[in-house]
Amino acid sequence: MSTRALLLRRHSVLPGFNLALGFSLLYLCFVVLIPLSAVFLKTFTVSWGTFVDTVTSPRVMASYRLTFGASLLAALVNAVFGLLVSWVLVRYRFPGKRLVDALVDLPFALPTAVAGIALTTLYAANGWIGRLLPFKVSYTPLGVFVALTFIGLPFVVRTVQPVLEDLQRELEEAAATLGASRLQTFGLVIFPALAPALLTGFALAFARALGEYGSVIFIAGNMPMVSEITSLLIITKLEQYDYAGATGIAVVMLVTAFLLLLLINLIQAWARKRQGR
Amino acid sequence: MSAVIHSMGKRADAGPLVRPLAPPRVRDAVSEPAWVRRTLIGAALAFLTLFLFVPLVAVFVQAFAKGVDVYWAALTESDALSALKLTLIAAGISVPLNLVFGVAAAWAIAKFDFRGKNLLLTLIDLPFSVSPVIAGLIYLLIFGLQGWCGEWLRDHDLKIVFAVPGIVLATVFVTFPFIARELIPLMQAQGQEQEEAARVLGASGWQILWRVTLPNVKWALLYGVILCNARAMGEFGAVSVVSGHIRGQTNTLPLHIEILYNDYQFAAAFAVASLLAALALVTLVLKYIVERRAKASHQEARNEH
Repeated sequence: MSTRALLLRRHSVLPGFNLALGFSLLYLCFVVLIPLSAVFLKTFTVSWGTFVDTVTSPRVMASYRLTFGASLLAALVNAVFGLLVSWVLVRYRFPGKRLVDALVDLPFALPTAVAGIALTTLYAANGWIGRLLPFKVSYTPLGVFVALTFIGLPFVVRTVQPVLEDLQRELEEAAATLGASRLQTFGLVIFPALAPALLTGFALAFARALGEYGSVIFIAGNMPMVSEITSLLIITKLEQYDYAGATGIAVVMLVTAFLLLLLINLIQAWARKRQGR
Repeated sequence: MSAVIHSMGKRADAGPLVRPLAPPRVRDAVSEPAWVRRTLIGAALAFLTLFLFVPLVAVFVQAFAKGVDVYWAALTESDALSALKLTLIAAGISVPLNLVFGVAAAWAIAKFDFRGKNLLLTLIDLPFSVSPVIAGLIYLLIFGLQGWCGEWLRDHDLKIVFAVPGIVLATVFVTFPFIARELIPLMQAQGQEQEEAARVLGASGWQILWRVTLPNVKWALLYGVILCNARAMGEFGAVSVVSGHIRGQTNTLPLHIEILYNDYQFAAAFAVASLLAALALVTLVLKYIVERRAKASHQEARNEH
């Protein structure tokens, strides 16, 4: 009789498994799982029809369009420039490189409210950058895009950098000996090797941008149907005591976030398979 | 004899009247021409300047725009001080709690084999993918007046949301995975041999943890604590939902900044913001130092296998 199927854990001489796992699971349940389930359980108290009406009302749909569109655009810009920045940081030398490398993580470390007011003041009509531009940035959807670009900046750089550092130079040398120009080598050898990391970084930046609140609400203008992001809409509904509406929108956001997380895991699994690991 | 050691094109003993020839220039086939390099560096630096340097500098310039007196007054004003105190309390509770959890989870995941490990890892990462506003909403749903425990709490005169405990809870949620995420890969790479050896030599569980495991991961632990702390002090969205924005009582530093900014007290808002920006810079410096040490110990762990 095989006992393997019944084995929940492999026998180990080290102590403390039950204590460690038990505490971790308890903590996880109380801090994360039970509160998160509250959102879904609360939504189940309303009928499906009400739920659909709430999450597809015009104002909510407008916020989806803005949030989704601006996040996508910001993630794309970060994908392009993130690739550029990580290339420059890995391949080239220039004065101040280590300072720049450390500063790339600034959007991770800086509180979102600080970023929010700084960007708003910069891009306002009389701000340092705003006055140089012929169009309005602060208090428009364009401002949302700028803030989300700031937020997502480190994601692509930090996912592409390690892959670029580990890239074998021999592959490029082989391509060169076979007659490829530098551009061809980049397009046909280097870029495909970076593609999974680039995709992962893009998806991470996109996911972060979708849920972002603090850096966006100062610069956004927050006008319904025009420059209102979905997270703000949740708060607005809460202030009106429309808990069902707020949780409905929250469910939509959570499901989207979980799908994105799944997508990211799938990309990483695909990348590992490609590399034969 | 000396003929053999000549490098290409150089004649060391040719005398003072003959200049040594420079080696012929061969274009390196695996690097870009200089103009491409310079353009790329320029473009990258321009992008980073626009999106990183300028906002960072703007915070400090705007903070001192009305002079040092206004700056100092903004920081020592009573609401600002209570906000600082609340921020420190929130970070002071959430970081140790998540530290204990991180060590416990990493111990269970890295040193043992069990079913469902991948699921546990995914669940630990959940708070990363949840929007901060939703992180606040969930505690409102449980502890708010209309929530599951709302009536019970009101009957016992306990306030969780719109009070300090709610803020601490929301902060714990958003900083939940930071320390665990730093420890788990490193402890997995380090394996169990050292712990098993300690066990064979008669160490108890706590002795193994304290004297064998933790010293091996001390840099990653510090790194996780720094990140956790930075996020805990700077959290805005989640805390904004549960706090109730009661001036002098339930405002953290980021919320206080929002109030000042919305009141058009820009210099004061940036003064408080500069405090948090300075914290961010300290975080980056510590991160840089610790990252190098952590990489070194990670490399050691890999090399030992």
